[in-house]
Amino acid sequence: MERHLPVLIPLTLLTTAVVIPLAGGMSKRLAHPLAMVGTFLSLVFAIWGLARVLLEGPMRYHLGGWIPPIGIELVLDHLSSMMTVIILGVALPVLIHARKSIEAEHPEQVVPFFGICLLLLLGLTGIVLTGDLFNLYVFLEISSLAGYALVAVGDRQAPVAAFRYLILGTAGATFYLLGVGLVFMMTGSLNMADLVGLLPHVQDSPPVIVGFVLMVIGIGLKMALFPLHVWLPDAYTHASSAGSSLLAPLGTKVAAYVLIRLALFVFSREYAREELIVLDVIVWLAFGGIIAGSILAVAQTEMKRMLAYSSVAQIGYIALGIGLGSTLGLIGAMLHIMNHAVMKGALFLVAGNLRLKIGHSDLDRFDYSIQQQMPWSTAGFSVAALSMVGIPPLAGFFSKWYLVLASVEQNAWSAVAVIALGSLISAVYFFRVLERVYLRPPLAMGTATVSQTASNEAPLSMLIPVIALSVGLIVLGLLNAVIIDAAIAPLIPARWEKVP
Amino acid sequence: MELVHSSIPLYAVFASLFAIPLILLSSRHPDLREMWTMLAALTKFVLVISLLPDALAGRILTTDLVDISPGVSLSLAADPLGVFFALIASGLWILTSLYSIGYMRGLREKKQTRYFASFALCLSATIGIAFSANLLTFLVFYEILTIATYPLVIHKGSLAALQAGRKYLVYTLSAGVILIIALAWTHQIAGSLDFKAGGLLDGFGLQAGTAVFLFVLFLAGVGVKSAIMPLHSWLPAAMIAPTPVSALLHAVAVVKSGVFGVMRVVGFVFGPVLMREHGLDFLLAAAAAITILLGSLLAFRQDNLKRLLAYSTIGHLSYVVLGAALLSSAGMTGGLMHIAAHATMKITLFFCAGAIYVHLRKENISELDGIGKTMPWTMGAFTVTALGLAGIPPVNGFVSKWFLGLGAIEADHLWALAVLLVSGLLNAGYFAPIIYRAYFRTPGKNSGTSEAPAMMVAPLVITALLSAALGILPNAGVHFHDLATLIASTVLGSGR
Repeated sequence: MERHLPVLIPLTLLTTAVVIPLAGGMSKRLAHPLAMVGTFLSLVFAIWGLARVLLEGPMRYHLGGWIPPIGIELVLDHLSSMMTVIILGVALPVLIHARKSIEAEHPEQVVPFFGICLLLLLGLTGIVLTGDLFNLYVFLEISSLAGYALVAVGDRQAPVAAFRYLILGTAGATFYLLGVGLVFMMTGSLNMADLVGLLPHVQDSPPVIVGFVLMVIGIGLKMALFPLHVWLPDAYTHASSAGSSLLAPLGTKVAAYVLIRLALFVFSREYAREELIVLDVIVWLAFGGIIAGSILAVAQTEMKRMLAYSSVAQIGYIALGIGLGSTLGLIGAMLHIMNHAVMKGALFLVAGNLRLKIGHSDLDRFDYSIQQQMPWSTAGFSVAALSMVGIPPLAGFFSKWYLVLASVEQNAWSAVAVIALGSLISAVYFFRVLERVYLRPPLAMGTATVSQTASNEAPLSMLIPVIALSVGLIVLGLLNAVIIDAAIAPLIPARWEKVP
Repeated sequence: MELVHSSIPLYAVFASLFAIPLILLSSRHPDLREMWTMLAALTKFVLVISLLPDALAGRILTTDLVDISPGVSLSLAADPLGVFFALIASGLWILTSLYSIGYMRGLREKKQTRYFASFALCLSATIGIAFSANLLTFLVFYEILTIATYPLVIHKGSLAALQAGRKYLVYTLSAGVILIIALAWTHQIAGSLDFKAGGLLDGFGLQAGTAVFLFVLFLAGVGVKSAIMPLHSWLPAAMIAPTPVSALLHAVAVVKSGVFGVMRVVGFVFGPVLMREHGLDFLLAAAAAITILLGSLLAFRQDNLKRLLAYSTIGHLSYVVLGAALLSSAGMTGGLMHIAAHATMKITLFFCAGAIYVHLRKENISELDGIGKTMPWTMGAFTVTALGLAGIPPVNGFVSKWFLGLGAIEADHLWALAVLLVSGLLNAGYFAPIIYRAYFRTPGKNSGTSEAPAMMVAPLVITALLSAALGILPNAGVHFHDLATLIASTVLGSGR
C-alpha cells in the first residue's frame, strides 16, 4: 500500500467528492461527515507520505504503469509532501468549522458546498503532487473551477466577484497553458524531471524564453501577485465565511508552490535571475504587494476585506523570498507559506464565528462587548493577529526573520526596509481591531446594552478549530528550526548556499 | 567562566508564567487570585537568589531549549549581569504586588484579573530578558514584554489611555522591527548571536561605516525602552497607567530592560575595543549626557507628580547609559549600581504618588500643600528617596553617582563629571519645591493625620529603608557591589 501513497491522497479526495452528491441526494446530513472522513483519510496518507519521504527519500509513482516521459508521474518529494500536509492539515479544521457556518449562511447549498470543497482539495493536492507540466494545468483548472463555484456561494455580490475571478483566473490558466505549449514545442517533453535535463540546451531560444515568462505571468495571476491581485479582495469578501476560510489560506499558496517548483527547480535560479531578470521583477512586484496590500488593508472597514488585502501583502513576502533566490530566501518563503496558511485560516474562521454570532464583521461596529461575548474566539484572533504582526515566538515572526536574514545576506537593504515597513503597517490594522474588541465602549444603540454582555460564544465545533490553529502557531514558531532541518533543508539544491 | 547546565534559570522565568492560568481561573475569588501572584513572586525571588552564589563564584548556569533558528537556540544563562538585573526586578515585584493589591482595591478598579495576569507575564518576560544567552532569545522576551505591558498601559480604557497606548506601541514595535534588522546584520557578520563578554562582533574587522550604522540600529532598538532622547516621549504618556504599573514597569522592569539592553550591546555585542575604535563610546555618551540634562530640565515644567517622576526617570536612565559609555571599570560599576539604586528610589517615589492619589485623589504638585503633616510616613519616604536621587548621602543614589564620577575621571571625561554634578543640582531643584510645599505650607481643609492603606504604606517604607540601607552598606545582602565590579571586570578586562 505504501507504494501507492502518492496516488492515494488525490484518489481519496476524488472518490469522496463523487460520493458526496450521491449520498447527499439521500440525506443532506451525510455530506459533512463524508467530507470529514475523506479529508481525514487523505491527511493520514499525506502525513504517512511525509514520514516516508523524510525517512527514506522521495517516491515517484507512474500512473497506470506508463513510464515517463510518456506517462504521467506523481512525485512525493520533500517539497510536495510538505505542501500536501499543509494543505490538508489546514483544510481539516476549516471543514470541521464549516458545517455550522454553512448551515446558517446557505442552508440550501450544504451538499454542493462540501462536494466542491473536496474537488478544490483534489485540485490543490494534485497540483502539488504532479510531476508533469500539462497535468499540472489540469489540476490547476480543477481547483480554479471549484474556486469559482465556492466564491459564487456567498452574498448578493458573490456571483459578480466569482465572474471576475473566473475571467482573470481563466486568463491566467491560458497564459500558463500557452507557456507549456511553447516549452513542449522546443523540448518534446512535459515531465518536470525530464525537462531539468533538456532545458539547458534550448533555454536561450525565443520560444522557451517566451514560454517561461508566460507561465510565470499565469501563475502570478493565480497567486494574486501584485498587480495581478485585483480579483482577490472581492472574491474573499463576498464568498461564504466557510468558503473564504478554505480559499484564503490555501489557494494562493499552492500557486506560490508552482512558482517555486518552476522558476527555481525546473528552470534554474541562475536562468531566472541572471538571464531573464525574472527574479528581480518578482522582488519588485513583491515590494509593491507588501506596501500596497498593507496600506489598502488599513483603509478597509470590513474584516474579511481587510484580511483579503492583508493576504495580498503576505503573498508579497512569499514572492520576496522566492525572488531573492537563495537558501535563506526559500526557507523564508516556505515557512511563510505554511505559517500564513495557519494564521489566515484562524483569522477567517474567527470572521465566520463573528458573522454567525454577532451577525456582521464590520470593523466600525466592533466594541468590547465582542470580547465579553466571545472571549475564546477573540483570544484566538489575538494570537493569530500578533503572529501576523511578527511578534516572537509566534510562527509569523520566524518567516520574517529568515526573509530579513536573506535580504541582509544579499545586501538588499530595500527589501529589509520594505519588510520592516510592512510589519509596522500590519501592526496598525491589527491593533486597531484588537483595541476595538477589547476596549472600545459599546456604541450607544439605545436598547440592549446590558444583555450584550452575556456569553454568546461560538459552538465548540467552530471554536476548537480556531484554538487548534492558534496553538499551532506557537508550536510552529518554537519548532521552526526542526521543520527547516527535517523538511526544508533537503529540498535545497546541492549547489546553492549551505543551510546555516 | 565555567558553564554549568541547570534548569533553575528556566524555572525562574516560568514561575510567573505558570501563575497566569491560575490567576485567570480564580478571577471570581480575589483573595485566592492575589495569593497566586504573591506565591509566584516569592518563588521567583527565591529561585533568582539561589542563582547568586554561582554567579559570584564565576559559574554560569545555563539552560538550552529548542533551536529557534539554525545554530541559534532559545537559551538562558544566569551570568552575573543577568542575575544582577533579575534580583532587582524579582525582588521589587514582591513589594509591588503587595502594593498593587492595596492600590487596586483602594480604587475599586475594574478588570483586576487582566491586570494581575499581564503583570505576571511582564515579569516572566523581564526575567527572560535578564537571562537571555543570545540576541534572538533577548528579542523574543523583549517583544513579549512590549505586548504584555500594553494592556497595563491602557488599563483605564479611556480615550487618553488608548492614545497613550497607541503611542507606546508605535515606539516599541518600531524599535522591535529595527532590532530584528540589527540582529540579522549581526548574524550575517559574526555568524553567531551569542552574547560574549568583550563583544561578539569584536575581531570581525568591521568597517567604520558599518560599525556606526549597526550601532545606531541597536541603539534605536534598545533606546526606546531606555527612553534615550529623542525616543523618550512614550514614557511620560504612559504615566496614564495605574501607579503600580508606573512604579514597577516604568521605573524598574521595562525601562531597565532597555538600559540592560544597552549594557548588553555595549559589553557583550560590540565590546570596549570596537566601541573605542569607532568612537561609538562618544556617540553613546553624548546621547546620554543630552538626555540627562534635558530630562531633568523638562521635569521642572511638570505639575503632575507622575509626569515629573517620568521625566526624572528619563534623566536617570541615561546615568546608566553614561556609565556604560565611559568604558571604565568604575563607570560601569557605577552604571550598574545605578540600575539598582534608581530602582529602589524611583519605585518608592511612584509608590508615594500612588498612595497620595488613592488616599486624597490628588495628582498635581500644586495640591500638595502641607501633605507632610497629613501623610507623614509617605512623605518621609518620599523625602529620603528624593534626596537620594539628587545624590545626597547616605542614600544609595550617592553611591552609584560616586562611582560614576570616579569612572568619568578614570576615563578622562571631565565633562561627564560636570554633567553629573549639574544633573544633581537640577534633581535637587525639581524635588525641593515638592518637599517645601509638603512641610512648610499649611494644609487646606484636609488636616489631621491619616495614611493610605497599610498595604500601600508598608511597601513604600520598606523600599525607602532599602534605599538608605544600600546607601550605607552597598554590598549588603545580595552583593550588588561585588556583582557590579565582577561584571565590569569581565567585560572590560577581556578587551585586548
